[in-house]
Amino acid sequence: MDIAFLANTLAQLLRGAPLTLELAATSVGLGFVFALTLALALQSAPATIGWPIRAYVATFRGTPLLVQIFLIYYGLGQFRPTLQALDLWGFFRQPYWCAILALTLNTAAYGAEIIRGGLQSVPHGQIEAARACGMPPWTVYRLVILPIALRQALPSYGNEIILMIKGTSLTSIVTLLEITGVAQQIISQTYRAVEVFACAGAIYLSMNYVVARALVAIEHHLSPHLRVPDIEAAVAIEGGLH
Amino acid sequence: MFDLIGFGRDGWGPALLWAAATTLFLSVAGFVTGAALGAIAAFARLSGDRLARRIAFAYGVLFRGVPDLLTIYLLYFGGSVALTMVGHWVGAHGFVGLPRFATGMVALGIISGAYQAEVYRGAFLAIHRGEIEAARAYGMSGATMLRQVVVPQVLRYAIPGLGNVWQLVLKDSALVSIIGLVELMREAQVGAGSTREPFIFFCSAGALYLLIAATTGALFRRVERHTRRGFRTA
Repeated sequence: MDIAFLANTLAQLLRGAPLTLELAATSVGLGFVFALTLALALQSAPATIGWPIRAYVATFRGTPLLVQIFLIYYGLGQFRPTLQALDLWGFFRQPYWCAILALTLNTAAYGAEIIRGGLQSVPHGQIEAARACGMPPWTVYRLVILPIALRQALPSYGNEIILMIKGTSLTSIVTLLEITGVAQQIISQTYRAVEVFACAGAIYLSMNYVVARALVAIEHHLSPHLRVPDIEAAVAIEGGLH
Repeated sequence: MFDLIGFGRDGWGPALLWAAATTLFLSVAGFVTGAALGAIAAFARLSGDRLARRIAFAYGVLFRGVPDLLTIYLLYFGGSVALTMVGHWVGAHGFVGLPRFATGMVALGIISGAYQAEVYRGAFLAIHRGEIEAARAYGMSGATMLRQVVVPQVLRYAIPGLGNVWQLVLKDSALVSIIGLVELMREAQVGAGSTREPFIFFCSAGALYLLIAATTGALFRRVERHTRRGFRTA
């Protein structure tokens, strides 16, 4: 095994990591806001607003991300004169913004479905109790429904975040030089596909490991009521009291 | 514009439908391969053997943590490099590529196997311990118990999870287009390239994926209802 080559490759690939993280963070962040809006709209909106949202969610969940990226980047590029007239060409000309748009729309569709599940899991008694205390509807949402729903949705949302980090690799196909894009560049110079892709895989794996660990920690932090009481600590405290 | 994807003389309709059939066939083949790998991995995770447990765990972490695109690239190029080396020993020259359909099938199998293993493991853990005890008390042999008690119930509990994995495989099959297999995504790219009408082609491809996803999804729901007959649900 050529350790020097692997180390050099790893160093070069890491230069693509900021873009990977940027794509993932931007799309997950924007996607979350959009998903939350859609899920709340579905909860309270009349059917006329409900069905386009459901159609959007079904479409983006039912088609491959690659098709969505191609449709936005190549497909909309076909309408260049119209986009230029609308002053949107500057946005759709750049693969970066097309990638962000595709990733955001994709994750928002999955996210809306996850948050909807979370909202439905909020026990009705909690809402009733909040109302009985005299809370106005918005306060009920802010203090009771949303915290419970988001806590409930966190494990699934964590999976979605990891899927998005993996999904950013598809943007290399529309010429973005994130980790996979840099990997392809190195391969076209060195023809050593296996080593380079293995290094890239290792980087993604460690990123996802860190994210998964962080999510477990957040989940643990947010659910003190579900934790098994720490018997030893309790005994120690009791011992100290005597 | 719609003549392009129609069934007329210059229409791409037949080509797109044929490509959609390839996508369906590739996804089914990948899903079945994944079922075998996933069942083995789940069995290993639940077994008493520590080494087997660790290998199966590492398999799951690895292929759920690495982008599917990289797995496909790695398998195709890695396999081709190995094949080219073997080719040199037996006297062939130049680059020997792996068969594309088989590579796609194995790649989808390895990826979905990592997800299916979790589904089967969860389903096994959902079986009531009393059922297994009862089977043992009847004096059933291990194989009989597996066939009569464990597998039917694992499948019943696994169906919703398997439906999700199937949708994942169907959408992942689009990634196999990058190694040159002419499935739906690739055919759409070819059509878009030669007619310069990418919008209509990628829309058609998306619609066909949606159609396959919706029909197979309905099928999964039907099977789920069938296996739940006679069980009261909350």
